[in-house]
Amino acid sequence: MNIHEYQAKAVLKEFGAPVAEGVAIFSADEAEAAAKSLPGPLWVVKSQIHAGGRGKGKFKELGPDAKGGVRLAFSLDEVKSHAAEMLGNTLVTAQTGDGGKVVNRLYIEDGADIERELYLSILVDRTVGRPAFVVSTEGGMDIEAVAHDTPEKIINLAIDPNTGVTEADAAKLCDALDLSGAAREDGMKLFPILYTAFVEKDMALLEVNPLIVMKDGHLRVLDAKVSFDGNALFRHDDIMALRDETEEDAKEIEASKYDLAYVALDGDIGCMVNGAGLAMATMDIIKLYGAEPANFLDVGGGATKEKVTAAFKIITSDPNVKGILVNIFGGIMRCDIIAEGVLAAVTEVGLQVPLVVRLEGTNVELGKKIISDSGMNVIAADDLDDAAQKIVKAVKG
Amino acid sequence: MSILVNKDTKIIVQGLTGKTGTFHTEQALEYYGTKMVAGVHPKKGGESWSSGLESAAELPIFATVGEAKEATGADASVIYVPPAGAGAAIIEAIDAEVPFIVCITEGIPVADMVKVKAKLEKSKSRLLGPNCPGILTPEECKIGIMPGSIFKKGSVGVVSRSGTLTYEAVFQTSNAGLGQTTAVGIGGDPVKGTEFIDVLEMFLADDETQSIIMIGEIGGSAEEEAAQFLKDEAKKGRKKPMAGFIAGRTAPPGRTMGHAGAVISGGKGGAEDKIAAMEEAGIKVSPSPAKLGETLLEVLKG
Repeated sequence: MNIHEYQAKAVLKEFGAPVAEGVAIFSADEAEAAAKSLPGPLWVVKSQIHAGGRGKGKFKELGPDAKGGVRLAFSLDEVKSHAAEMLGNTLVTAQTGDGGKVVNRLYIEDGADIERELYLSILVDRTVGRPAFVVSTEGGMDIEAVAHDTPEKIINLAIDPNTGVTEADAAKLCDALDLSGAAREDGMKLFPILYTAFVEKDMALLEVNPLIVMKDGHLRVLDAKVSFDGNALFRHDDIMALRDETEEDAKEIEASKYDLAYVALDGDIGCMVNGAGLAMATMDIIKLYGAEPANFLDVGGGATKEKVTAAFKIITSDPNVKGILVNIFGGIMRCDIIAEGVLAAVTEVGLQVPLVVRLEGTNVELGKKIISDSGMNVIAADDLDDAAQKIVKAVKG
Repeated sequence: MSILVNKDTKIIVQGLTGKTGTFHTEQALEYYGTKMVAGVHPKKGGESWSSGLESAAELPIFATVGEAKEATGADASVIYVPPAGAGAAIIEAIDAEVPFIVCITEGIPVADMVKVKAKLEKSKSRLLGPNCPGILTPEECKIGIMPGSIFKKGSVGVVSRSGTLTYEAVFQTSNAGLGQTTAVGIGGDPVKGTEFIDVLEMFLADDETQSIIMIGEIGGSAEEEAAQFLKDEAKKGRKKPMAGFIAGRTAPPGRTMGHAGAVISGGKGGAEDKIAAMEEAGIKVSPSPAKLGETLLEVLKG
């Protein structure tokens, strides 16, 4: 689960990380009061959307010369005019896709005098199974580009979960970021703080880009991007409360209510599959035969008829879907339950597009019988290959 | 021969008394009499569990893994405990020095697995999973949730990050007349016990395993590491015919595709890099998940 920058900073501040003062606003009327509550005379007005590249992003509704999604303001009037221009408009960045994201929240923040911009993130390094810091002196830019062009400028440091960040670890990070004086003292305190926040809040990613050295020599978290391990949210009600559903696809929210793993995609063949690997492979084979999948959907191993029905309705609610492929290899999942769920959904919402069903595994004969007895207009498939070819043919002709 | 489990493997069940544990323990008992020997439940020690199936088998329940192991001489444990408690269940099994631990549970917080991994490094145990379908040696032993009916005793070793794609590989190699020595699901989580390399090493060392199917997916670099391992072993003259598949060629970057570990992040973990690495290591990678058996037959024909 992702949260907004201002929320991430509030979480980090609780742990004692140095962040600028700031106020989140939801309407342009609030801009002046927000700015007045901050020291000034420099403010930063930042779009709050769940995507990076905001500074270089462009607003769809404004001209190509209009400023981006993160703007400096040197007066209260400027704060107000920026807020009025940004709120409610659609910001397109390198990470949002062409559709962009509507800016519903702004963060008005106290400005900082920047001496140097650094990069810092923490994530779990899967090769060693430990949380690891990734740091670079090349902050403030796209870290993937740095990794590609100058990989030697990126330093990794895995942390032993039994000890946490030791003095030696913190010193290594200070060295890697070339910190001295006050910045080094700040770093020795900040790195353990960030690690503790990462572990205690079950974060999946904590990215500070940039971490800045200010002209006064101190460190500050200038931007913060945090996402959480979805499997650990059950133990963090405070984090769950930060969820912003307007940032998520409506179909994905509906799917999450039924505990379905669903990802909306751009194609026109809807898929319902059991198992994440087979669900990905089903998308791949659709593409192999020349069409594009409309979604990833794993109904899971222990799905009930109700869950299958919900899944089928979510797929059919996507107006781009021109055909549906149901691909089930029953292990724990029984084919008859899938068949009953599909039948119930079709009875309820009708079937406007071609439907190909491939069933294999546990109770396959019973599942096939339920479908053939139903009189539904279903194209039966013998195996995965046959199923993929049939649905692509049905959609593409 | 087979790897890791055979007809003599004695298994205890952590989470036996729940619905999932009960169902799959019944299935395992039905599968060539897999030796399920006991259950563990902290509050039900001294009670017993009975199968609802015709065999009406009864298993004793112990309060701790240590007691269960002591009383039964078990060499393996399978875990069906719900995600919030599964990390602690694995650690209990490690502390009891159970040699082989299989964790089926999906959805364990990564932080819990980090703790497990640290514990595992200094232990005598091997962990398979979590978030995996388990392991099956045809006609001998079934641990986990794989459907026994699609297996056939034979010569192919199957190793996979995905449960249902394991079934595809098994089904297709059974239909192709090859059958399997052992099928191992290593699981879809980012932090786990057994990796591809561990299983490949065992398959290379196993005389009855004459060919191998390896199924990976997007996310991480385990496939690339496995490919490097295979290249290094081939230089020493250890090599077996292999077919493979990578799921997620069409997955968008930055999105987690069902499995917690299946995500392309920071430009890394994409399917094409993995496929290239595997091909370079001599694995014939099938573009279609429906042609795993066919592809392996082609490799075997040379």
